[in-house]
Amino acid sequence: MATRLETPNVSLQLRLYVAGQAPNSLRAIANVKAICDEHFAAAHDLEIVDLIEHPGRGLADGIIVTPTLLKLLPLPMRRVIGSLSDTEQVRLTLTGT
Amino acid sequence: MHNHAAHPSVTKTLTGIQGFDEITGGGVPRGRTTLVMGGPGCGKTVFALQALVYGAQEAKEASIFVAFEESTRHIIANAATFGWDLPALEKKKLFFLDARLSPEVVKAGEFDLIGMLTVLEAKVEEIHATRIVFDGIDVLLALLDNPAAERREIYRIRDWLLTTGLTGVITQKLGETEADRRYGFLQFMVDCAVVLRHQVVDGSAFRSLRVMKYRGSGFAADEFPITLTEKGLQLTHRGPAELIYAVTDERISSGLPRLDNMLQGGYHRGSNVLISGAPGTAKSTLAGLFAETACQRGERTLYVSFDEGAAQIVRNLQSVGIRLAPHQKSGLLKIFSTRTRGPNVEDQFGELRSQIQAHKPRCLVIDPLSALSAKLAHLASADAAQQFLDFLKGEGITVVNTSLMDGLSTDEATATGISTIADTWIHVSYIVHDGERNRALTIVKSRGTGHSNQVRELRLSNEGVTLTDVFIAQGKVLMGVARWEWEQEQQAATKRIQVATELKRLQLHLAQAEAAARLQVVQTEMEARSAEMAVLVDATGSASELVTTDREVLRKMRHADKDVRVATRGRRINGGKKHGDEAGDA
Repeated sequence: MATRLETPNVSLQLRLYVAGQAPNSLRAIANVKAICDEHFAAAHDLEIVDLIEHPGRGLADGIIVTPTLLKLLPLPMRRVIGSLSDTEQVRLTLTGT
Repeated sequence: MHNHAAHPSVTKTLTGIQGFDEITGGGVPRGRTTLVMGGPGCGKTVFALQALVYGAQEAKEASIFVAFEESTRHIIANAATFGWDLPALEKKKLFFLDARLSPEVVKAGEFDLIGMLTVLEAKVEEIHATRIVFDGIDVLLALLDNPAAERREIYRIRDWLLTTGLTGVITQKLGETEADRRYGFLQFMVDCAVVLRHQVVDGSAFRSLRVMKYRGSGFAADEFPITLTEKGLQLTHRGPAELIYAVTDERISSGLPRLDNMLQGGYHRGSNVLISGAPGTAKSTLAGLFAETACQRGERTLYVSFDEGAAQIVRNLQSVGIRLAPHQKSGLLKIFSTRTRGPNVEDQFGELRSQIQAHKPRCLVIDPLSALSAKLAHLASADAAQQFLDFLKGEGITVVNTSLMDGLSTDEATATGISTIADTWIHVSYIVHDGERNRALTIVKSRGTGHSNQVRELRLSNEGVTLTDVFIAQGKVLMGVARWEWEQEQQAATKRIQVATELKRLQLHLAQAEAAARLQVVQTEMEARSAEMAVLVDATGSASELVTTDREVLRKMRHADKDVRVATRGRRINGGKKHGDEAGDA
């Protein structure tokens, strides 16, 4: 089931692909939420897609490993894989630097 | 070699890879995982792809191909070179997942393959796939960058394959580096492991395949040469089990009647003949003779030369009375003169194949076959030759190959390579004796025909080629001048014996004549003696009679003439003498 955390004035659009209750996936959800709250609290749109429930969506986005975080907007699109425990790396990628 | 032990728990599924299905007794294990390892360019992807295409085309099984290393587009283009129309198959039976991770992907923490497997599982259900390939798993493993994680994910894939019941093929690059060896656990995990090798020996590239393990099944564990043909990967067939040719008892002439006799009727039609020998031992001449004779029978013939140009061959053979030019003109004979070029023996054989397909010969000469590889003893090279000879057999083409070889045992390359697959092996050697070299021809072996084990002298002259008996005197084979000398000596000796015999005969005749003469004398003497005896007896008888008569006569003669008595007596003596002369005349 997709979960949407929406706020007005969207400037950062993210999509996180996870696989059920797998440890890496659970860690990634926690990590991405923490990063967003800390750095992009004002404007972000995070969609969490569980591939166990929506396998077809993973195919469309070319998801090979889980978890995979897609930064859809602003462009360019970026892809981060892993449990996102390297929060500094994630933050740098999301800010586009 | 083959040990297809029945194992109830292992069912197999054909890969369509010619030879592999045979050595494994049915292909890869169904519902299990097969690992295909090898260095770059070994044909791992082709192996995997071929199994899928076969599954889709022949077994109507749907399959999934997960590409970790190459783009889907690239793979489809490669497959097209083997005549596999993947786009057509892709619509229903084949699904490609481009599982490459872009280099721009940022790694931030540990990850797993659950997502991918989940996606794939949905696809498996959708297209009812039964086979799956993970191509280039090492690329993915390298990304994990953690031995524990690598192992965990591999086991995840294996467990996933077991639950889904898919027949899996995982390919993995194998090198000599530490990193490559790290994935060794893969081999222990899978049910079947296949190693592909691509090596360069003396500048020639050889591919080979070896089944390393096959859980619950027997398999041929040898390293088998493989070739990439226009139809995909293929094992070079070896072993008699697979060789089924139409065998004929027809014999065709070698071109040399004496040699035909030695072979009890000539070469078998469709057999392969090896003529080996040192340089200049008339190997090409024998091959040329075979070609000429074939043309005279009206059979299309192809003469492949790696040594000389066509014109040179024709001229050289002309010098020993072999005329190829007319047959060349009539189109029966084609002389294909080429150089051994490029490192790959298989390409060379490929070129010969197309020449054969173009000219459609019944008889073929390859002069020399040894030019194709300096080291025909090398497995793959010898196998390429074997495969080619098998092809000729299948076509029923009789082939005469020459091979440069100094001795029967010294050149092991030839001895262990081509010579073992030749049906008939003729060796011509030089015998040096008294400062002279002569050619000695022996039949080393000839399958399916009795053959002379005698050595013959091969003589070349501008009138032609002949085989003559060799003389063995005092434990030596005599040829050339030595033989002429020996013959002369033999003739002289014979003459001496003849003269001596005649002399003896005459002497004996003389002795006989003398004996006869003596016998005559003795006989005559005997007769004379008998006559004398008779006379004596007669005389004695007359004497006693005479005594009485004489007395009477005396009594009378006392009154008559005494001299008359004496005269009568004298005449009687003369008469006896006369009788003796008559016997002597007789």
